[in-house]
Amino acid sequence: MTTDITRLSASELAASLADGTVSSVEATQAHLDRIAEVDGDLNAFLHVSAEEALATAADVDARRSAGDELGPLAGVPIAIKDVVVTKGLPTTAGSKILEGWIPPYDATLVERIKAAGLPILGKTNMDEFAMGSSTEHSAYGNTRNPWDLDRIPGGSGGGSAAAVAAFEAPLAIGTDTGGSIRQPGAVTGTVGAKPTYGGVSRYGLIAMASSLDQAGPVTRTVLDAALLHELIGGHDPRDSTSIPEALPRLADAARLGAAGDLKGLRVGVVKELSGEGYQEGVSARFAESLDTLRALGAEVVEVSCPHFTYALDAYYLIMPAEASSNLAKFDGMRFGLRVQPSEGPVTAERVMAATRGTGFGDEVKRRVILGTYALSAGYYDAYYGSAQKVRTLVQRDFAAAFDQADVLVSPTAPTTAFKFGEKLDDPLAMYLNDVATIPANLAGVPGVSVPNGLSDDGLPVGFQILAPAKADDRMYRVGAALEASLEKTWGGPLLAQAPELKTTELTR
Amino acid sequence: MSTISRDEVARVAGLARIDLRPDEVDRLAGELDVIVESIARVSQVATADVPATSHPIPLTNVFRDDVPQQALSQQDVLAAAPEQEDGRFLVPQILGEE
Amino acid sequence: MTAVPTTDLVAYDDAVRRYDPVLGIEVHVELGTRTKMFCAAEVEFGAEPNTQTTPVSLGLPGALPVVNGTAVEYAIRIGLALNCQIAESCRFARKNYFYPDVPKNFQTSQYDEPIAYDGWIDVELEDGETFRVEIERAHMEEDAGKNTHVGGTAGRIHGAEYSLVDYNRAGIPLVEIVTRPIEGAGERAPEVARAYVQTLRDIFRALDVSEARMERGNVRADVNVSLRTGPEAPLGTRTETKNVNSFRSVERTVRHEISRQAAVLDAGDTVVQETRHWHEDTGVTTPGRVKSDAEDYRYFPEPDLVPVAPSRDWVEEIRAGLPEMPAARRRRLQGDWGYADAEMRDVVNAGALDLIEATVAGGTTPAGARKWWMGELARRAKQADVPLESMAVTPAQIAELEQLIAGGKINDKLARQVLDGVLAGEGDPAAVVQSRGLEVVSDDGALLTAIDEALAAQPDVVAKVRGGNQGPVGAIIGAVMKATKGQADAKRVRELVLERIGQ
Ligand SMILES: [Mg+2]
Ligand SMILES: [Zn+2]
Repeated sequence: MTTDITRLSASELAASLADGTVSSVEATQAHLDRIAEVDGDLNAFLHVSAEEALATAADVDARRSAGDELGPLAGVPIAIKDVVVTKGLPTTAGSKILEGWIPPYDATLVERIKAAGLPILGKTNMDEFAMGSSTEHSAYGNTRNPWDLDRIPGGSGGGSAAAVAAFEAPLAIGTDTGGSIRQPGAVTGTVGAKPTYGGVSRYGLIAMASSLDQAGPVTRTVLDAALLHELIGGHDPRDSTSIPEALPRLADAARLGAAGDLKGLRVGVVKELSGEGYQEGVSARFAESLDTLRALGAEVVEVSCPHFTYALDAYYLIMPAEASSNLAKFDGMRFGLRVQPSEGPVTAERVMAATRGTGFGDEVKRRVILGTYALSAGYYDAYYGSAQKVRTLVQRDFAAAFDQADVLVSPTAPTTAFKFGEKLDDPLAMYLNDVATIPANLAGVPGVSVPNGLSDDGLPVGFQILAPAKADDRMYRVGAALEASLEKTWGGPLLAQAPELKTTELTR
Repeated sequence: MSTISRDEVARVAGLARIDLRPDEVDRLAGELDVIVESIARVSQVATADVPATSHPIPLTNVFRDDVPQQALSQQDVLAAAPEQEDGRFLVPQILGEE
Repeated sequence: MTAVPTTDLVAYDDAVRRYDPVLGIEVHVELGTRTKMFCAAEVEFGAEPNTQTTPVSLGLPGALPVVNGTAVEYAIRIGLALNCQIAESCRFARKNYFYPDVPKNFQTSQYDEPIAYDGWIDVELEDGETFRVEIERAHMEEDAGKNTHVGGTAGRIHGAEYSLVDYNRAGIPLVEIVTRPIEGAGERAPEVARAYVQTLRDIFRALDVSEARMERGNVRADVNVSLRTGPEAPLGTRTETKNVNSFRSVERTVRHEISRQAAVLDAGDTVVQETRHWHEDTGVTTPGRVKSDAEDYRYFPEPDLVPVAPSRDWVEEIRAGLPEMPAARRRRLQGDWGYADAEMRDVVNAGALDLIEATVAGGTTPAGARKWWMGELARRAKQADVPLESMAVTPAQIAELEQLIAGGKINDKLARQVLDGVLAGEGDPAAVVQSRGLEVVSDDGALLTAIDEALAAQPDVVAKVRGGNQGPVGAIIGAVMKATKGQADAKRVRELVLERIGQ
C-alpha cells in the first residue's frame, strides 16, 4: 500500500488527495517510511523533518475536509535542497562551516511551498555550496545513485535527484548554476528544469554565483515539473533580478505536449553540443529521441552556436569570482563554525582565516581562491570582464539559433553516471560534465532535462531542451511530448527499470 | 608555464582569508594553473567591440518603497552567534582602523 | 624610513609660507530615510543593539538586497545641489574586504559608475570670501555596523581584548562625496576644509536628506592632505585622515597635517602615503595600521542588483523641487532684513538664521528679532553653554514677546522677566505675564495715587519744575516706578506728573 503511494507522480498523488483516496498524512508517512527504509544507503537527505511534515499534512487534510480551496499540489510532500534556507530547519549547504545553523527566515520559494500546503520532508544532500557535479564534495558524505550505488547521482543537487529517483519524494527543489538540476536529472533518470533566470526568486538561496543561480523543480514527470515551477515561480519583490511578469502557463503546455502533436515545431540541434566527448550510448539515445520528435511532427534542424566553445571558460571565471564574494560572509563572526587559529595571536582576521581554512572543503577553497585571483588587482578586466563579454556572445548565438528553431536540444550530459572518485582529482574533467548545460546559465535561458533511455551501460541518459528566455512553456511542451512518446515504447516510466533498492526493516 | 605560482596562491589565500596548509598551496598552484590556462582562451573572443553582459535578463530601476517592515528580533539575530555579550556579537580583537 | 615624532612640527605660518597644501575631502552623509539602503529595517538612532536588522542587513546566507528608491532620490537631490551631472545609468559594485562590522564582508557601493559626477560648490569663508570646490563624484553606498572595543584602554582598538558588534547601523544609506584636489587655498586651507564640510552640512539640511548631526556621526569626513613646494610643482604624497567628526576637527586636522608633513619634508624624508587617525584630545594625527590588502578591494558589479537609470524626466522633476540653497537664502534674507555684512556673518555663525527668520515670520521686525537672539538669548545660551537653537524658547514666543512690548503691555525690563518664565517652562509670554502679574500698570487712578504721594514727599522738586526746570522731574518718575515695582509705563507717568504739577 505505502509502496504504491510513493510510486505515484506528484500529479497522480494530488488527484488521489483531491478525491479523498489518500490523505496527506498517509502520503507523507509513506514517504517518510521510504526514506527510513532506503536512505541509509542513499544518503540523499541531510535532515528529515518528519514531525513538521506530518503536522503540515494533518493541517492540509483538515482544511481539505473543511472544504477549503487548496492549490493543485496541496498535501504532496516535497524535499528541499539544503542550499535553500528554511526557517527553523537546519540549513548547511553541504558545508561544515554551516553545521547546525538554523535560519531565522524562509526563502521565498519555501514560503510559497508552505503557503501551498506541501509537507516538507527534509533537506537534501549536495556538493558543498553547490560546487560540484557529483555530490562528492558534500561535507556530509556522498549521495549514491539509486541506479548503481557505486556511482554518483550527479551534482550539485545529487540529493534531490536521488530522493526523487528512489521514490523518497515525488517532488524536490534543486538549484542550477551550471547544470546542477539538469545533470543530476540526466544521470538519475529524473526530470530537472532550470527556469529562465529571474523566473523563480533567488531570495533565500545560499548564493554561489548570483548572476547564474536559479532554483527549479526536480520531479519524475514533466507535468510535475511544470506544476512545481508554477508554484514556486513568478515575481518576487525581494529579488531585484526577479522578472516582474507573470509566468507563462506551464502545466497547460505540458498537458498540450503530452497529447503528442508537435507539428510545425522547429527543433534545433546545437552542433557544438554533440559528437566528440559524448559517450556512445548517450549519442545513440539522442539520435533516437530526435527521430521520436520528428515522428511527432517536429522539424529538426541543425544550428551552430560557435561561442559555446568558450562558455565553459567564461563560466569558470564568472562563477568563482561571484562565489568568492558571496562566500565571504562565512567567517565565523555571526553564525556557523568558529575555529581558533592553532598558533599566533587570536585576532578577528586570524580566526576568520582559520575558520574558513577548516570549514571549507577542497572544491570550495579551489573556487574561492580562483575567484579571488580573478578579481584581484589587475586581473578584473582580463578575466571577469572578458568572461562577461563571452556572455554577450553566447546570448547572441542563442538569439541567432532561436531565429531558426523554437527550441534547442542536446544531450544533457556527455556521459552517464561515473563512479565515485573517478574525476575527483581532475577538476577539468569534472567541469566538462557541465559543458552542455552551462550556456543556458550564461544566457539566462530555461532548460529541462528529460530521461530519454538507458545507455549501453544500463544507466539513464538525459535529453536537454532549451527555450528562449521567458518561454519556459515551450520546453515543457516538447519535454512532455517526448516523455509521453518514449514511455509508450518503454511501457512505463524509465524509473520502473531501475533496480529495486535494498530496504532496511522499519522499526516503527 | 606556471600562471599561478605558489607565492601567488599564498597571497590570494591571504586576501580570501583562508588558511591553507603547505600541501594545499602546492596542490592549488598546480590545479589553478590548468584552469587559468583554459581561461586565457576567453580573451581571444572578448574583443573591445563586444559589450559585457552582467545580467542575463536586463532590468533597470528596481526600487523598494521606503516603508519599514518587521525587523528580526534580537534573539533571532544572536541565536547563531558563536559568542555574544550585551546584545552584541562578540568577536576577537580587531587589529586595524580606529 | 625615519619615524618622525609627532612633536616635531613646523610652525603653521612657516609651513604654509614654504609649502603649498593640496586637499581632498571625502564626506559621508547618512541619509535620513526611514529604512536602510537595501532592506526594510527601520532606521532609528539609539535603539537597542541588533534590533534593527533583517536577513539582508545582517548579511545572512540567502538574503538579497533591494534598492531603497527614496535613497536614490536623495542621492540625486544631493548631486543636483552640488551642480553635478546625474548619470543616465549607473551600477552598484561590491567592495570586498573582510572586517567584522561589514556583515557580508563586502560593502555594496558604487565604483566606476557613480550616480552623480562633475560638480562644484562655492564655499563661503568667515570673512565673506568665496572659494570654489570642485566635486569629482557623489555615490551611493551602505554604512557598516558599530564596533565597541572591550578591555585595554577604554574604548580604543589597540590593546582591546575583544570587540562587540551591533549591526543596527549596517546598511544605513550613505552618500559619499569626493572632491577633486582642492588647490590654491594656501594658508587658508584649514579654513576652506572646515567651511566646505559646513557648507555640505547646511545643504544636506536644506535638502532635507539627512539630519546631518555631526555629533551622531551622520556626517563624517576623510581629509586628504599633501604638500608641494609651489603651485606649479607636482602633487606631493598625501595622507588620509579618517572619520573626522566635527567642523573644528576638520580644520585642526588640516592644520596639523600641514605642520607635520612640512617637518617630514624639511627633514629630507618622504611623506608616507597612509591612513591616519585624528585624536581630538591631543590634537595630533597618528598612523593607522598598514593593511597589506587595503587597496585590493576586488571591485566588481553587484550581480544581485540591476542598474539604476534615472529618467531625465525624473531628474528634472527632482531639480524643480529642490529648495533654495543655503547661500542663496542667506543672500536673500540679508537683502530683506537689511543687515550689514558683519551682522549677517555673526547671525550665521551663531546659528541664529533659522531662528531669526521664524521670529520675523511671527511679525517681529528684523532688527527686533536680531536684538533678542543675538543679545539676551545669545548671552543666556553662552552662560548655559548650549547651542542657541536648543534654548527652551521658540521663535513664535519671541515674536509674541515683542508684540507685548510694542503694544505697551510690558516694557523691556518686564520682558526679561517674562522670558525667565518662558524659559522656566511656565508657558507662552502672555500666560507668563498673567501668572506672574507682570503687566504694565496703565490705570491712571492707581498711578495718580502713587504720583500724589511722590509729589508730596518731594516738594522741593515740585517747586523746581514749577519754576521751569524740568530736569529733576526724573526723581518723581523714579519714585513712582519704584512704588509700582516697575510695572508702570514710564512715558505715561511722565505725562501725568507734568499734568499734575501744572506744566
Ligand atoms: Mg574614503
Ligand atoms: Zn565610502
